[in-house]
Amino acid sequence: MSHTPSQTVGPYLSIGLPWPDGPDVVLDGTPGAFWLYGVVTDGAGEPVPDALIETWQADPAGRFDHPDDPRGAVSGFRGFGRCPTDDSGRWAIRTLKPGPVPGPGGAPQAPHIDMSVFARGLLHRVVTRVYFADEEPANATDAVLGGVPAERRATLIAVPDETGYRFDIRLQGDDETVFFAI
Amino acid sequence: MTAADRLVIPGYRRDDAGAHPPLLTPGYKSTLLRAPSQAPLLLPHTLTEVTGPVLGEGRVTPSDSDLTLHGGGEAQGQRIVVHGQVRDSDGRPVPQTLIEVWQANAGGRYLHRWDQHDSPLDPHFTGLGRALTDSLGRYRFVTIKPGAYPWGNHHNAWRPAHIHFSVFGRAFTQRLVTQMYFPDDPLFPYDPIYNSVPEAARHRMVSRFDMSATVEAWALGFEFDIVLRGREATPMEEPES
Repeated sequence: MSHTPSQTVGPYLSIGLPWPDGPDVVLDGTPGAFWLYGVVTDGAGEPVPDALIETWQADPAGRFDHPDDPRGAVSGFRGFGRCPTDDSGRWAIRTLKPGPVPGPGGAPQAPHIDMSVFARGLLHRVVTRVYFADEEPANATDAVLGGVPAERRATLIAVPDETGYRFDIRLQGDDETVFFAI
Repeated sequence: MTAADRLVIPGYRRDDAGAHPPLLTPGYKSTLLRAPSQAPLLLPHTLTEVTGPVLGEGRVTPSDSDLTLHGGGEAQGQRIVVHGQVRDSDGRPVPQTLIEVWQANAGGRYLHRWDQHDSPLDPHFTGLGRALTDSLGRYRFVTIKPGAYPWGNHHNAWRPAHIHFSVFGRAFTQRLVTQMYFPDDPLFPYDPIYNSVPEAARHRMVSRFDMSATVEAWALGFEFDIVLRGREATPMEEPES
């Protein structure tokens, strides 16, 4: 059977997609919780106010609440975050840093969060991965990061600050975020 | 190495080359500054990609699939039933997966602060619906047929009537957002978003009039099936770390 084609979410995505608790991968007050946040900008450097990001990640032990995890599903960690951008292109989710997840060949991957970006003007979601700047030893051996040209790797690294980690998304341009075919 | 020390991960097929629109579609002006200019890199399917959010329980109530009753009254317009089945490309139903829909009202107006189309809002229509597929991947919404509406893409631009569909599937790889159209819409030849999809695949976005789902003296029926990516024939095997 042939796949259903993708179409843009259009400018009115905020009618259908945001949830009040969408940004709360974990509840306020969860030990270790931080804000992962950033701005979505276009090829002219302008903020994108009609985008939505979604995140999917393992829990701090590297496990998923999902029946297809062959190590067994671990319940209680939603793993999913969702936030529309505001008028300034900003988004934020409250989460925990994921643990190591086995990757190609069984080698552990560096902590990472899968991210989808939807927007007016994106006819298909674009997919990226968030890594963490304070996980340098793990990042150095991560197979996916290692496959990214060195000069573009920084676009996948969230940078810690006083509120959490900042991860800006540049859809197009000189410092364009690395996106993945999935 | 025995089976016990191997981690078996179900792989997913890659997208059909001809299924999806190119991100850069100049006829749809908003793509010009938003489509990435670099080719995407291939992401291997690890556990993060072959799992995904299991959503819906406690998030969807039966009334969420009826968009025609809101604010103590009935929405204006042509009442319709939209139903179908979510399957993967191997024909397997995708059960208990969350579907979210949003749409314009009968006059082609969205309940959104940016929509300034000169057509009235309907106090009894928000345009938002949610449903979970059943054990066979089936879903059903009751709504009103959305109107066509003008947009600023080019002179005298009108979007064909459509309903936005968001589907999660079972894995991060299967996530899909699309638009469902209605059969024989005269606006199809003029719409750059509909026509962004390769010609051979466009019909997969068009619902079918369905007399068997039409309810006498009450609503017209339309059927819209959704096909997500299937599994690879043989699961990828990864040694346990």
